[in-house]
Amino acid sequence: MARIELDLAHAYKPNPTRDEDYALLPLKMAFEDGGAYALLGPSGCGKTTMLNIISGLLVPSQGTVTFDGRDVTRQSPQQRNIAQVFQFPVIYDTMTVAQNLAFPLKNRKVPEAEIKAQVGRIAEMLEMSHQLDMRAAGLSADQKQKISLGRGLVRSDVSAVLFDEPLTVIDPHLKWQLRRKLKQIHHELKLTLIYVTHDQVEALTFADEVVVMTRGRAVQVGAAEALFERPAHTFVGHFIGSPGMNFLPAASVRGGLVVLGQPLALTDGHVLPEGPLKLGIRPEYLALGQAGEPNTLPATVTRVQDIGTYVMVTCEAGEHRLKCRLAPEAAAPVAGDTVHLRVLGEHTCFYKDEALIS
Amino acid sequence: MQLSLEHVGKTVGPAVHLYPQSLSLAPGAVTVLLGATQAGKTSLMRVMAGLDVATTGRVLVDGVDVTRMSVRQRNVAMVYQQFVNYPSMTVAQNIASPMRLRGDRDVDQRVRDIAARLHIDMFLDRLPAELSGGQQQRVALARALAKQAPLMLFDEPLVNLDYKLREELREELTQLFAAGESTVVYATTEPGEALLLGGYTAVMDAGELLQYGPTAEVFHHPQSIRVARAFSDPPMNLMAAESVAGGVRVQGGDIWPVPLPAEAPKRLTLGLRAGGLRVTQRPGDVALPGRVELAEIAGSDTFVHVHTGVGELVAQLTGVHVCPLGDPITLYLQPDSLFVFDAEGPLVRAPARPGRAH
Amino acid sequence: MSTTTKPVNQKAWFLVLPVIVCVAFSAILPLMTVVNYSVQDVLSPDRRVFVGTEWFAAVMRDEELHLALWRQIQFSLAVLLVEIPLGIALALSMPAQGWKSSAVLVLVALSLLIPWNVVGTIWQIFGRADIGLLGYYLQQAGMEYSYTGNSTHAWWTVLAMDVWHWTPLVALLAFAGLRSIPDAYYQAASIDGASKWAVFRYIQLPKMRGVLMIAVLLRFMDSFMIYTEPFVLTGGGPGNATTFLSQYLTTKAVGQFDLGPAAAFSLIYFLIILLFCFVLYNWMQSLGTSEKEQGHG
Repeated sequence: MARIELDLAHAYKPNPTRDEDYALLPLKMAFEDGGAYALLGPSGCGKTTMLNIISGLLVPSQGTVTFDGRDVTRQSPQQRNIAQVFQFPVIYDTMTVAQNLAFPLKNRKVPEAEIKAQVGRIAEMLEMSHQLDMRAAGLSADQKQKISLGRGLVRSDVSAVLFDEPLTVIDPHLKWQLRRKLKQIHHELKLTLIYVTHDQVEALTFADEVVVMTRGRAVQVGAAEALFERPAHTFVGHFIGSPGMNFLPAASVRGGLVVLGQPLALTDGHVLPEGPLKLGIRPEYLALGQAGEPNTLPATVTRVQDIGTYVMVTCEAGEHRLKCRLAPEAAAPVAGDTVHLRVLGEHTCFYKDEALIS
Repeated sequence: MQLSLEHVGKTVGPAVHLYPQSLSLAPGAVTVLLGATQAGKTSLMRVMAGLDVATTGRVLVDGVDVTRMSVRQRNVAMVYQQFVNYPSMTVAQNIASPMRLRGDRDVDQRVRDIAARLHIDMFLDRLPAELSGGQQQRVALARALAKQAPLMLFDEPLVNLDYKLREELREELTQLFAAGESTVVYATTEPGEALLLGGYTAVMDAGELLQYGPTAEVFHHPQSIRVARAFSDPPMNLMAAESVAGGVRVQGGDIWPVPLPAEAPKRLTLGLRAGGLRVTQRPGDVALPGRVELAEIAGSDTFVHVHTGVGELVAQLTGVHVCPLGDPITLYLQPDSLFVFDAEGPLVRAPARPGRAH
Repeated sequence: MSTTTKPVNQKAWFLVLPVIVCVAFSAILPLMTVVNYSVQDVLSPDRRVFVGTEWFAAVMRDEELHLALWRQIQFSLAVLLVEIPLGIALALSMPAQGWKSSAVLVLVALSLLIPWNVVGTIWQIFGRADIGLLGYYLQQAGMEYSYTGNSTHAWWTVLAMDVWHWTPLVALLAFAGLRSIPDAYYQAASIDGASKWAVFRYIQLPKMRGVLMIAVLLRFMDSFMIYTEPFVLTGGGPGNATTFLSQYLTTKAVGQFDLGPAAAFSLIYFLIILLFCFVLYNWMQSLGTSEKEQGHG
């Protein structure tokens, strides 16, 4: 278990000048010992690059990586004593499950009795005790991933376990079980876990803190609640949540707010800077008001979908499409209706130049 | 066009890929094939397309038997998971290929139109290898749409894309499907995707077709435990029970007032989706005291895994709920909202649908 | 998951017709001729007597043939035992990427391009004590070496020549097999602290199984049929120390003009190779499917 600190940047070209030359823009970040972190972002955002720098598979072009204060920037993954689980299960086909799990310990010349005990414990934790003598090559994808994970956990002095989109090849209903397993393992073993994914549900359920990244930049680091309630950047608002935050162009004119040409009265004492703004409100918080209610925005309903646990209403105000989540018991409009959206409330966020105005 | 399958089965050597099944697709609508991997979705689509010949049964298009007709003579478009494009042709040539094969006129203009609809009009002169995954898949989609075939097949086309990209493309696809007149068949493993696409759903499991009907209907009225299992994300909570005078007796001895039809079997399984469990009590609820095993915060919802007297349950609660591990917690549910299945499988009673929305 | 079962298209037969005619002319007709000769005794061009299986029986009893067969088996086994590990070792040390990789690939493949009788001639000269590099330096070092006089030396020379000629094929196949292993496996092994030997044993060798099977099959077949190189190098000598099956057959057929027994023998030869290949191929397939079935478990 180790506290990992990053103070680095990474560029593929030798003399980077513009932002596009960097794979990872200069950043400073710390991962606490025993914490569970997720690196979340779309493809190409740099999350896998960051993970490879932490694991030692890649050396950053500038800066340092420290584990518990020691500079490990040029050390290999073996020397850093980390474990990594890849996107596709990596197992030794010719060995049984038990032999697979024992492999890292065997290479370190750990005594036989201790190997057996440790393998037994980890197998129990992963619910694979009765499969120990089966050939690893014959198992299903999720079981193989568990073995990959087990090989990382079996070393009791592992400094951190890194995951590179490990649930990609797993079926949805098995993903649930594996996620639960990962959380339980985190709870029991208190290891430092760093998880890379583009799936926000995975990131939010797994991690204590999520690093949201886009185009080589970490735009926000925070717990699930903070990312959801107060996204610091419009990208975070858009990326987190399914569907993401609704954005409307707004402007603050002489102390008053104008949204889509309609003046709205600000509540809660928001003080907004002059000029063009963006108003952000999540579909979960966008409520439907009554006809004639003050401070609402009219919109036309284009689609109503029953999604089982909620009803999704898509409506259009001018050229802007907005989505709204309603509880299944609520009275839902039908396509073509005019609705009055309450866009202002305690969950509404305002953005200037993509950054949150607090 | 009306596509019907009559007792279509497919056996390869000793393995049965498809058990004889009959299916009449609603013309001009979207049919979702929902099932786990290896459930038979791809096999069924290949039989529909004519890539494979069914071992038993017939395939009828508008009443004409086309079972032995090769795929070249049928008018079908297909999009795969793996972004399949002609690698040596530019994007424009790729999209134009089906039109040129038919000898259409005015190809260039139509290529530009379709590319604009799919937001790839700025890439018309590039090769597919130069584009990102999402863009390549859009090219494949454009090519399929350009063919204007009466039957379009999509085999998990979004599964190799980022989560957010998936959402965006899915949204666009639903609009494109609605705008066109083709019959669309779309295979997926995610229940959420089926609900978002709407239309009709055919639930498959282990080579069998379990149920076919309008998506919301199949969701709220699963005909057996297997369908309920396949069509729930998070997994449906299942509880063993037996019918007694006045309702059902669950494990632990409590009797719940669940209305049962007259000839209900003795051994039952009760089903309740995660969204049906609450932490606030309403009149008529039964209480389930338990202990928190795990709480997963997924942004707008919290999934709580609770160990109760009737088994391990998962509750989906709206909003962020902090539930420390091991804490006592009481879940509430309305007995009326339970699904009642025969312990062997078939549905005995489904709850009335809350509200009416689509 | 499944392969396409294409509907049958009868028109395809017409496209194949030219090939069928060529193959019939160049292979099937001559084969039938051989079968014809094997069941007849050709006393003179006009007088032929049907003798049934008499030639086959005679061939089976032939002492010389048994010896040649035994020599052949020893040779093929020796070839496999040396070339396969050597080829793998060569593939492991070849660079994987960049211009160096292409350069090394070309260098390694050079010996495969040389016509086979030229290979024999090269080694024939190579081994001569007066003008050959090998022969000359061995003699200077004080060692007795004569591939024309000493049977053991002849064997070693023929083996060395085959290894020099054909190991690159094994190396190229193994190289291709190695390139198909995803990087993640090596990364995981380094994270697990595996030694180079462990990486070879648990990752590289199992993943090369497919190509190695092909290499074994090819080398076995080719070495079992070997003719030109040993013929040019030693002529089968000294005595018949390096007379392998195909040479024995040729001597019988062409040298002694014993068409009957020669034809019978060549059929038996053909069937032996066919049998070995059939067995090896099925074994390869069964290994392949068992892995696939397990993989989808």
